[in-house]
Amino acid sequence: MTEVNEAPKGASPAGDGAEPLVKLRGIDKHFGPVQALYGVNLDLYSGQVTGLCGDNGAGKSVLTRTIAGVHHPDAGQIFFEDRPVHIRSARDASALGIETVYQDLALADNLDIVQNMFLGRERLRRGLLDEDSMEKQAAETLSTLRVTTVRSIRQPVASLSGGQRQSVAVAKAVMWNSKLVLLDEPTAALGVVQTRSVLDLIKRLRDRGLAVMVISHNLNDVFEVADRVAVLYLGRMVADGPAAEFDRQSVVEYMTTGTAGGRPYEPSASVSGEV
Amino acid sequence: MSADSGEKPSGTAGAGTTDLTLDAKVAAADIPPALVAQSLGQYLRAWLVRLRTGNSGVLPVVLAIVIVAVVFEVITPEHAFLRPSNLVYIFGLSTVYMVLAMAETPILLLAEVDLSTGAVALIGGVIGFKLVQQGPGPNWPWWLAILAALVICGVIGALQGALVALLRIPSFVVTLAGFLLFSGILIVILGGADSSVNLNTAVPNQNFIYEMVQGNITPIVSWIILVVVVVAVGSTMVLRTTTRRREGLVAPPLGLTAIKIALVAIIGAGVVIICSVNRGSSLRVVDGVPWVIPIVLVLVGLWTLVLQRTRYGRYIYAIGGNPEAARRAGVSLPAIRIWSFALSSATAALGGILLGSFFYGEYSTNTADPGQLVLYSIAAAVIGGVSLFGGRGKAIHGVLGGLLIGGIAYGVSLLNLGSLSTPLEYILPGGVLLAAVAIDVLSRRGAGSVTGV
Repeated sequence: MTEVNEAPKGASPAGDGAEPLVKLRGIDKHFGPVQALYGVNLDLYSGQVTGLCGDNGAGKSVLTRTIAGVHHPDAGQIFFEDRPVHIRSARDASALGIETVYQDLALADNLDIVQNMFLGRERLRRGLLDEDSMEKQAAETLSTLRVTTVRSIRQPVASLSGGQRQSVAVAKAVMWNSKLVLLDEPTAALGVVQTRSVLDLIKRLRDRGLAVMVISHNLNDVFEVADRVAVLYLGRMVADGPAAEFDRQSVVEYMTTGTAGGRPYEPSASVSGEV
Repeated sequence: MSADSGEKPSGTAGAGTTDLTLDAKVAAADIPPALVAQSLGQYLRAWLVRLRTGNSGVLPVVLAIVIVAVVFEVITPEHAFLRPSNLVYIFGLSTVYMVLAMAETPILLLAEVDLSTGAVALIGGVIGFKLVQQGPGPNWPWWLAILAALVICGVIGALQGALVALLRIPSFVVTLAGFLLFSGILIVILGGADSSVNLNTAVPNQNFIYEMVQGNITPIVSWIILVVVVVAVGSTMVLRTTTRRREGLVAPPLGLTAIKIALVAIIGAGVVIICSVNRGSSLRVVDGVPWVIPIVLVLVGLWTLVLQRTRYGRYIYAIGGNPEAARRAGVSLPAIRIWSFALSSATAALGGILLGSFFYGEYSTNTADPGQLVLYSIAAAVIGGVSLFGGRGKAIHGVLGGLLIGGIAYGVSLLNLGSLSTPLEYILPGGVLLAAVAIDVLSRRGAGSVTGV
C-alpha cells in the first residue's frame, strides 16, 4: 500500500468566523422513558473534521442518526447552511448532501465496486443500465480520493480487504455532491496499515472542503485527523472545541466523568469555540 | 434524488481514464474478471486464478455435460446416445427443466425458494391447452391462450410473493403450501384424475402450440437464422468492446471477443448440422432445428437482459447479497420480491406449455409429477451454477443445468436396465446435485477470502 500523499499541513479551509455548515441547537431525543440526548449543541464546519467521542451509551449513535435522518429530534433545531431543516429520512439527508457511512458499511458482497457505489441510484440509458458512464464516474471518484489499491473497480466487494471496503463505502458517500459525511467507527475493524489509509482518506475529504464527522472510540485516530473534538457524556455535550485545546487525558476524563480535572469544559476563546 | 453528475474532481477530467489504465497495469492477474486483462495471456491467467478461488462460472456444468455425453455414448448399447435423433430428443426432454430452472433463478438469487414452480407450470400448461380447445373450450387464438396462461400464473406467483414479501413468511413454507394447493387444483381444472386434454393437430390454431416443440425449421432457414444471429451477436460484442476502449475503460482483448464469436458460430453450426440430419425414415423425412431451440434462446436472452442490464435485475442481486444494503439504498424490497415471484411463475407457465407440446400435445395427470418437476428444476438451476444462498447465478446456468439433467435422465433410459432404470434416474441427478451444492458452498468460502491490501 503506497501512502505518500500528504494533506497540506494545518489545513483549515474554513477561515476564522466562517459559518458552520450544520448547526445543532438544543437537540433533545428520548426513547420512551430513556432520555438519550439533552439539549445538544454542535457545529460542523466545511473543510474540517470533527471527532465525536463518548463512552458506550453516551448518545453518539443517536446523535449521528438524528443528523442522518433516521431519528427525529423531540426538541431543538437543525440548521443547514443557516436554514432550519427537518431531516425526516435518509433521502432528505441525501438531498441536503449529508451521507452516512455506517459501521457495517452496507455493501453487497456479490456486487462489484461500481455496482455498490451506484446502488439505488443507477444511471440508465434507453431504459437499460448505463454501465460505462457509471464505471467512469466511479473510477473518477476513486482516483480523486486516491483509492488506487483496488485491482479493478469491477471486482466484487467480497474480494476486497477491510480497508478497501471502507474506502469504497466512503467513496460511495462522497460521490453525490455531498457536503457532510458522517463516519461511524471507520477504523474499528481495521489493521494498522488499513487504518492509516482510511485516515488519509478522511484527510483528503477535508481537503476537498467537505465537513466530516468521525465517531470513534480510538483517541489516536481522533487526534490524528480531527480539527475539532466534541465529547458526549450521558447524552450531554460536555466539551466541544478545537482539537488543540484537548489532549488524550482530558478527553478521557470528559468521556468518563463529564469534566476534566474536576472542572467542566470552558471554551478558551469565543463562545462558538473558534480560536 | 436523481443520479446527477457527482463531485467535481480536484484533478483533471482525464484523471479517471489514466487512473484505470494504471490500475490495470498494477493488476497483473487476480480475482477480477476478464475486465482487467489486456491480452489473451493475461485473460487466461486471470481466469485460472478465478477458477481456483471458486468463481468457476459455467465451467463445471459444461464439463459435466461433456463427461455425461462421453460416458453414455460409450456405455449405451450400439453407442446411441449421441445420435442426432437422440440429441434433438434430449433437448426437447430437457426443455421443461431448462425453462423451470430459469424461472427458479431469480427466486434463488433473492435467497428464496419456490417449491410450487412445477405445479404452477402444469397449471399454466393445462390452462393454455384448455383455452385453445374447440367445442367445450373457448377456442381462443394460440397467442391469447398462452398470454392468459402466463398472466394467470403470474398472478398466482404475485400472490405467493406477497405472502413472502409483506408478511415475511418463509418462502419455503408459502410455496410448499402452494405446491400442494396447486397440485390439487391442477386435477380439478384438468377435469378429474383420469382426464386429459389434447391438441388437435388438424386445427392450425392448436397445431401451432403442438409445433412449438415438435415442429422444425427447415435446414435452409435454420442456416439463415444462424448467420443472422451470429452477425448480430458478433457486431454487438465488437461494438461494445470498441466503445469501452474508446471511452478509456478497460475492455476485454479483441482476440477474446473473436474467440467468443467463433465459439457461438461453431456451436450454432454444430446444432444446425446435427438437426439437419434426417431423424425420420427414408419415407418420411424429419429434419431441421426444432422451434423450441430458438424459443429457449430468446427466453435466455430476455432473462439475461432483465437480470444483467436493468435496475430491477440489479436490485435482485443486491437483495440476494445484502438485503440491508439494498434497503438503505432505497430499494423497495417487497416490490422486487413480488415481481420476481410473478415473473418466475409466468416463465414456469411457458415451461408447462412447452412440456405439453413435448408430450405430443397431450396433458393428463400422468404427464408429469409436479413434485419431481420442481425438484429437478431447482437441482438444474443449482447444478448449472446458481447459488442456493442468493446473489449469484445467471439465466444461462439454468439452461445448462437443465440440459445436464435431461441428458442423464435420457441416458439412463437408453441403458435398458429394467427395474434399475427408475432408481438411477433419481440417484444420478441426486449425486450431481450434491456435487453442485458442494461446489457452491466451497466457492462461497473461497470468495470470502481476502486478497490483502
